[in-house]
Amino acid sequence: MTLQQTPAKVVTNKILAGLDARADTAAGAAPAKPVRRLPVQKDWPTWAILAVQIGILVGIIALWEIGADTGFVDKFFWSHPSAIYNTMTIFFTTGDAFTDIAFTFRSTILGFLIGTFAGSALGLSFWWSKNYAAIVQPYIICFESLPKLALAPLIVLVFGIGIASKVAIATALTLVVSTLTTFAGVKAVDPDGEKLFYSLGASRVQVFRKFVIPSCLPWIISVLRVNIGLALTGAIVGEFIASQHGLGRAIIYAGQTYDIALVWVAVSVLSALAIVMYVTVSWIERVLHKGVKG
Amino acid sequence: MPSTKLLIDDVSMKFATPAGVFHALDHVSLSVPQGWFVSLIGPSGCGKSTIFNIVAGLQEPSEGRILIDGVDATGTIGRVGYMLQKDLLLPWRTLTDNIILGMEIQGVKLAEARARARPLLRRYGLAGFENAYPRALSGGMRQRAALLRTLLFDTDVILLDEPFGALDAQTKLRMQEWLLQLWGDFGKTVVFVTHDVEESIFLSDEVHVMGTRPGRVIETIPVALPRPRVRACTTTPEFMALKEHCLELLHSQAPSMEDAA
Repeated sequence: MTLQQTPAKVVTNKILAGLDARADTAAGAAPAKPVRRLPVQKDWPTWAILAVQIGILVGIIALWEIGADTGFVDKFFWSHPSAIYNTMTIFFTTGDAFTDIAFTFRSTILGFLIGTFAGSALGLSFWWSKNYAAIVQPYIICFESLPKLALAPLIVLVFGIGIASKVAIATALTLVVSTLTTFAGVKAVDPDGEKLFYSLGASRVQVFRKFVIPSCLPWIISVLRVNIGLALTGAIVGEFIASQHGLGRAIIYAGQTYDIALVWVAVSVLSALAIVMYVTVSWIERVLHKGVKG
Repeated sequence: MPSTKLLIDDVSMKFATPAGVFHALDHVSLSVPQGWFVSLIGPSGCGKSTIFNIVAGLQEPSEGRILIDGVDATGTIGRVGYMLQKDLLLPWRTLTDNIILGMEIQGVKLAEARARARPLLRRYGLAGFENAYPRALSGGMRQRAALLRTLLFDTDVILLDEPFGALDAQTKLRMQEWLLQLWGDFGKTVVFVTHDVEESIFLSDEVHVMGTRPGRVIETIPVALPRPRVRACTTTPEFMALKEHCLELLHSQAPSMEDAA
């Protein structure tokens, strides 16, 4: 026992001696280290943050209005808040506000639904055959890198100036994102899980329905928020090119007739629409995620 | 001696690699009597998992056959229950619905399958978790659920591939006793793969020690310890002797340190 203990003790003593020596030099020769504390940020209460946010908005509007009155801001190019307010009232009472909103909303939602469903189905279909996936993949990637909005004039020519062309552009934008994301999900399906299903004597259809689709659902759901934004972009671009209705058409029309106040109105309404759709889809996404993860 | 349930008949598995033909399994023959518990033990790369994949019909052997009850079952799936290392519980299904997966795939009606599963959940320590999702369960419970899923899939032979490998030591010991209880209740024929010599002797009627390069069975060791077994039997001289013998065999198989480097 003593034989085993002695060397260990010696080592410990040496370490302690070393520590002492270092402590001595630190206290004596080296300058004292500055005392620092962890920086702590105090969070403002929610109402204070909200108050500042509203304050900034009101401030900008007020400055804009005063600037326009004093001639500092050119009313012709920038319009001004009171004129925008008046135009807004007219747009909603005697104007086409509701027709335009409904038109843009409908083409966005249709494009979103068609693109998301078709894209997810296409992505899932790659699970069935590795050869088929290998053949189709370069085409998908090619279509992905293609600036699809550049095809918009062609799509409008083919599908006409009605809602079909807007839905088509919105679909083209969303389809590829859904396809590629779902395909990534398919590639990430756990091979051991498939093994388990096959060892239980499952058919390919059973593996697909009971394992592959549920495994890919989180991937499919994760693109919903991206897709709703893309669908709206697609619909608006379609309306820019040629349309009889829609907020995009209202913006183009107002710009061409130098009705800057109407441009602002249409853009604000469009933002409101975008926010409503985004929030709704985010909520759906959360609910679905909960359902998928159990 | 009871009749042979599972016969692995002269099975070989070769893979073509850039470096030449790789023998994963070299003429492996095993015969497992009805209702027995046998273990395969060996170093990594000795082909234990390959044997399981072949018996489960997930891989075709290069040579040889798999016979279950004397019937050729080579390359057919759904004949044996197979539990992989990971529990593979589906996160979107409740515990009950995870356990009935095998029955569901075989076409048993959902209501009937659930009715059959519920008493088992209660009996085997998962009461109160029938409608819980897997992520709410501890590692031991998840493993128990995976094992019940394998047992409820109505096959006479079940393959367990290191089911307790990822559990902590305490849980592992409890699970071994639980498994023996289950095995006694269900009367299945079990083939068990493990790295743990003590585990294999404690559980089995027969331990097959495997060697590597090529994968093969180097010795079959009968375990004549009386059943039902209690933990205390692991400290008897008979147990120690078996353990020592197994370890020696495995040690002679282990590549030397120079080889590994």
